[in-house]
Amino acid sequence: MIGGLFIYNHKGEVLISRVYRDDIGRNAVDAFRVNVIHARQQVRSPVTNIARTSFFHVKRSNIWLAAVTKQNVNAAMVFEFLYKMCDVMTAYFGKISEENIKNNFVLIYELLDEILDFGYPQNSETGALKTFITQTGIKSQSKEEQSQITSQVTGQIGWRREGIKYRRNELFLDVLESVNLLMSPQGQVLSAHVSGRVVMKSYLSGMPECKFGMNDKIVIDKQGKGGATDEAGKSGGGGGKQSIAIDDCTFHQCVRLSKFDAERSISFIPPDGECELMRYRTTKDIILPFRVIPLVREVGRTKLEVKVVIKSNFKPSLLAQKIEVRIPTPLNTSGVQVICMKGKAKYKASENAIVWKIKRMAGMKESQISAEIELLPTNDKKKWARPPISMNFEVPFAPSGLKVRYLKVFEPKLNYSDHDVIKWVRYIGRSGIYETRC
Amino acid sequence: MTDSKYFTTTKKGEIFELKAELNSDKKEKKKEAVKKVIASMTVGKDVSALFPDVVNCMQTDNLELKKLVYLYLMNYAKSQPDMAIMAVNTFVKDCEDPNPLIRALAVRTMGCIRVDKITEYLCEPLRKCLKDEDPYVRKTAAVCVAKLHDINAQLVEDQGFLDTLKDLISDSNPMVVANAVAALSEIAESHPNSNLLDLNPQSINKLLTALNECTEWGQIFILDCLANYAPRDDRESQSICERVTPRLSHANSAVVLSAVKVLMKFMEMLPKDLDYYGTLLKKLAPPLVTLLSAEPELQYVALRNINLIVQKRPEILKHEMKVFFVKYNDPIYVKLEKLDIMIRLASQANIAQVLAELKEYATEVDVDFVRKAVRAIGRCAIKVEQSAERCVSTLLDLIQTKVNYVVQEAIVVIKDIFRKYPNKYESVIATLCENLDSLDEPEARAAMIWIVGEYAERIDNADELLESFLEGFHDESTQVQLQLLTAIVKLFLKKPTETQELVQQVLSLATQDSDNPDLRDRGYIYWRLLSTDPVAAKEVVLAEKPLISEETDLIEPTLLEELICHIGTLASVYHKPPSAFVEGSRGVMHKRLPARTGSGESTESPDVGTIAGGSGTETAPSIIPSQGDLLGDLLNLDLAPPTTTGPPPPTSGMQMGGMDLLGGGLDSLLGGDIGGSAAMGAGFGAVPAVMPASLNAPMGGGLGDLFDLGGGVGMPLGAYIPPKTVWLPAMKAKGLEISGTFARRAGVIQMELTLTNKAMSVMTDFAIQFNRNSFGLAPAGPLQVLSPLSPNQTIEVSLPLSTVGPVMKMEPLNNLQVAVKNNIDVFYFSCQYPISMLFVEDGKMERQVFLATWKDIPNENESQFQIKDCHLNSDAASNKLQASNIFTIAKRTVEGQDMLYMSIKLSNGIWVLAELRVQTGNPNYTDLEISVKCRAPEVSQCVFQCCEAVLKN
Repeated sequence: MIGGLFIYNHKGEVLISRVYRDDIGRNAVDAFRVNVIHARQQVRSPVTNIARTSFFHVKRSNIWLAAVTKQNVNAAMVFEFLYKMCDVMTAYFGKISEENIKNNFVLIYELLDEILDFGYPQNSETGALKTFITQTGIKSQSKEEQSQITSQVTGQIGWRREGIKYRRNELFLDVLESVNLLMSPQGQVLSAHVSGRVVMKSYLSGMPECKFGMNDKIVIDKQGKGGATDEAGKSGGGGGKQSIAIDDCTFHQCVRLSKFDAERSISFIPPDGECELMRYRTTKDIILPFRVIPLVREVGRTKLEVKVVIKSNFKPSLLAQKIEVRIPTPLNTSGVQVICMKGKAKYKASENAIVWKIKRMAGMKESQISAEIELLPTNDKKKWARPPISMNFEVPFAPSGLKVRYLKVFEPKLNYSDHDVIKWVRYIGRSGIYETRC
Repeated sequence: MTDSKYFTTTKKGEIFELKAELNSDKKEKKKEAVKKVIASMTVGKDVSALFPDVVNCMQTDNLELKKLVYLYLMNYAKSQPDMAIMAVNTFVKDCEDPNPLIRALAVRTMGCIRVDKITEYLCEPLRKCLKDEDPYVRKTAAVCVAKLHDINAQLVEDQGFLDTLKDLISDSNPMVVANAVAALSEIAESHPNSNLLDLNPQSINKLLTALNECTEWGQIFILDCLANYAPRDDRESQSICERVTPRLSHANSAVVLSAVKVLMKFMEMLPKDLDYYGTLLKKLAPPLVTLLSAEPELQYVALRNINLIVQKRPEILKHEMKVFFVKYNDPIYVKLEKLDIMIRLASQANIAQVLAELKEYATEVDVDFVRKAVRAIGRCAIKVEQSAERCVSTLLDLIQTKVNYVVQEAIVVIKDIFRKYPNKYESVIATLCENLDSLDEPEARAAMIWIVGEYAERIDNADELLESFLEGFHDESTQVQLQLLTAIVKLFLKKPTETQELVQQVLSLATQDSDNPDLRDRGYIYWRLLSTDPVAAKEVVLAEKPLISEETDLIEPTLLEELICHIGTLASVYHKPPSAFVEGSRGVMHKRLPARTGSGESTESPDVGTIAGGSGTETAPSIIPSQGDLLGDLLNLDLAPPTTTGPPPPTSGMQMGGMDLLGGGLDSLLGGDIGGSAAMGAGFGAVPAVMPASLNAPMGGGLGDLFDLGGGVGMPLGAYIPPKTVWLPAMKAKGLEISGTFARRAGVIQMELTLTNKAMSVMTDFAIQFNRNSFGLAPAGPLQVLSPLSPNQTIEVSLPLSTVGPVMKMEPLNNLQVAVKNNIDVFYFSCQYPISMLFVEDGKMERQVFLATWKDIPNENESQFQIKDCHLNSDAASNKLQASNIFTIAKRTVEGQDMLYMSIKLSNGIWVLAELRVQTGNPNYTDLEISVKCRAPEVSQCVFQCCEAVLKN
């Protein structure tokens, strides 16, 4: 298990050091500083073994978090824990920075004492932690409160406390997708996938039992075969295009996985406030919102001509926003002239790229940029690597085609029904790594 | 709240100020002071002097302050054990507190204070807390048992905590169950044979129920524990699999990987024709792919594991090639791992796509990545025949870029392509030759030289090319030297007329001017071969080479099986068994995949079994040669020129620490010639086969001992052990100094080594290997250097040797060439062992036999020696010699001369007879005379030297 946990600033000074196991000594603190932080680019793995001691590290801005062990620990767990640790800290005091860590070091020690016992991660849900690690000091709790805290921390529903009340029961669902593309210069899709998240923000009273439904192909097909319920009749009847094939999905720990596995239904009691309900990935029938058509021509040794066309490929009534096309330029670029029909384009020497920005663009439109790049002659034999042209955008639909069909809320103990809950659904598609090679 | 101010105090006299503040009456001031103390502790300042003052602050109702004091206690209690006792009362009191949070805090902290006296007091509160009504306290107490066990295992057993812990597996609260499982698993690891976890279908059922309800971390503990269970039959294993599969959709990657581990393991037991087996295979792919959208560090862990999974069950991910395509912004460690997996997944179906990708990668910036990409193109060519032509043309394009490291890498892989497809792509040789001058890496140079030698008949100026390399022969690395030697011999056999001078030159360079044993040996072999029988030489050197295998870098199957059992853990990240990086007893247990229990229907496994068995016998170490064979043994050495690139065939000994040596050390030991002489490889591969200790003594050794004692010839004095000499000076071995000697103890030959680290850095991963030698000496076990050797540290190691290793006559006869490897490099040295090490205990001949043998051995085999200035009478001499297993059979006194007749038996069964003459009459004449007779006269000199050494010490 984890033997110790250290936090360093960018210079390698220790900000937090908590040792859980006897086999980790103070020299481990220095070993990591010398061999990893000060080694700069030399270290090429997030796991380092120095003198039979293994160090796992992650970096947040310029802060290093390192977990140390001498045993054959579960490596995936250690990294998951480090991320979780970052989440918890962020939830408590915001951005992870040297200043924030120094300002909250007592709190961090308290947290580390609670969420890691003898190197074994314990309940690390912020919702639960915040009920008893408060930093307000002497706050004395009543006996009931105490047992409520402990039963929540250890309980089956460790992410939600009882007795939550809202005057207005309300929930927000955000379907956030990032669409990833790698396209060859000839316009052939080399790989494309959507990784999506369903983020839920709920303000519901009591312990509500929720059920979430979407146009999952497996569910729709099953219902279609099995004589169709009312709902399936309406939405599933439309055929293949109405439903999407999900390659894989993972759920927040509140979702009952065995139920999903058996019936493919998503049921859960949500944590209060915001949570990431599910993540999913699709690779079939993806709507690629934009196509990039590059044309690069080398004119002699000192000049490049670049022409890039982008085409939007969705309903004309919808608007894409925050469009940015990044065209890389060689390192020996001396000057660039750009002409574009729409938006603004600029050559940014420090980033070695031409950045072309368009505020808005409707569907089924086309726009073009052309540039002349002048090069300094070099005797560098190494060829320019020609990084791909990348693109950023935001569209108001889900490129995977995912649709939320329902989110039902049941709270048998309190007197509000599914109809009383105000529900909001929003779809946002963003570019992930959206690249076209040139 | 700006606590950062606590970090800034650096003035002198700080301790005194803090002391005053800690003893202040004001609560706030006290708390501030404790915070300052903790801040100083964090940055590494020693604030242990404040121990009593800080402990005084412990009695407080302020929880925050209390926690800080506890934190301090945990850090310093060990250095102030007596003072720590002061805290016990508070702990015991806190364990009774009405607030469960405080009870848990007390028991949690108490377990972290590693002071014996405190642990005694801990038992009672812990017992209470294990049965506490509040689950929060119970789950904390469960972990505390593991803490206590780490401090004092006996105490935990005596107090019966293990049973209480076992009971907690049936607790109603899932988190208590999870922590109890974690604690028990850890304790069980240090008692490999105890049946602590006692997993049975009932307890497994409880775990599976808890699995659905506990936190993500708890799920990991339970899954990791489940993976150690061995289901009774395929039904049970299927039902566990069914209940574990839902975990594949968990958001926590560690839960997913641990579930994958359980499934991969239990799948082994399912019959392959079962429908469920196919379903399970299909279910495994998507979650593995999803892991690749996690944060980069987790991707890295996932990719290392996928690499194992793909080797074990390639069918799972065979359609998922695209997800392993490298993204421009991936960190380099993710890129390199993805590339590895791409090559493993490459097949005829996807080769076009893969090649296009690889070509892109070969133009990237990162040197390591580009090299690997170029190498990958070559591997594709070898793996998928249809793509070979395209691969070659891609490689040629890359060579045209003239980027130095790309060219070198390309040449190395083209050599392998030539091996795989002989006489197909030789047209590119001309292009390769153009780049001869730019090659500066040994591997590339060696590859190029191999190509020139192999195709010497088609390259007009082959002799010129090779000659140009010869100029700086001694500056080249061994790899290149060996290759050059072979290439020139090939050239000579192909064009004998023009190259006679060249071949003589290289042979003399290799045999006379080089101190590298491999090079010399190879030189001599060629030389003799060429001078005795050129036709045979041609047949041997230009023999047709076996095909090279398609897959490279595969992990050895038994290791792979073990690693599969460690999916998700560090072992799977390092691709090493836990014993390679974990100290002490933990995790040294070797895990194995379960065997399929299905009835007759699984036809596959027995087949595999026989194949494995067959290859096992083939690679068994060679047997002790019969008498007189020593001379001819040179011929036993395989003379095949570089043949296969495959790794040496796996031997059963590999797991036991021979591993590392085979991975890194052996390559260089073999001279890393590109072709890698297969026979030599096999020979070496067989060496580390571990002999059980009892086999070390030559057969009958024990009997001889008994006999001797019964005979009452007097207790042996203890065999002569030469003093240690420095074998490897630190100068030559990057700071590692080795001195040593040999001894024979109770029939076991021991090599006694003193390793001294004279470098600045820690040395680890020691391993040792012998070259073939006259008497087949070989390490009987791995070199036992358990802890890393820190600078200026010295360690004494004793290595038992066996005499069943491969045999080759050495010059001098008792010369031993040794390679020692550590984390820094491989080092070579040679030493001479006293031949008396090989004298076995049953070397006493019957008188009659002695007489007959003496007469039987021709007189020309007799040699005479003189030992000067030895003041010993015959009895003393006899006793001394006896101690070293030189047995006196008879004594005769003739004309003031004592004649001792002695017999010696060597470990390989050779008998040596000797006659020792001692002058008794004349005190001024102190020389001894000895005549030695033996069927293998070349040992006489050694025997004499040894007698001299024994008698003079």
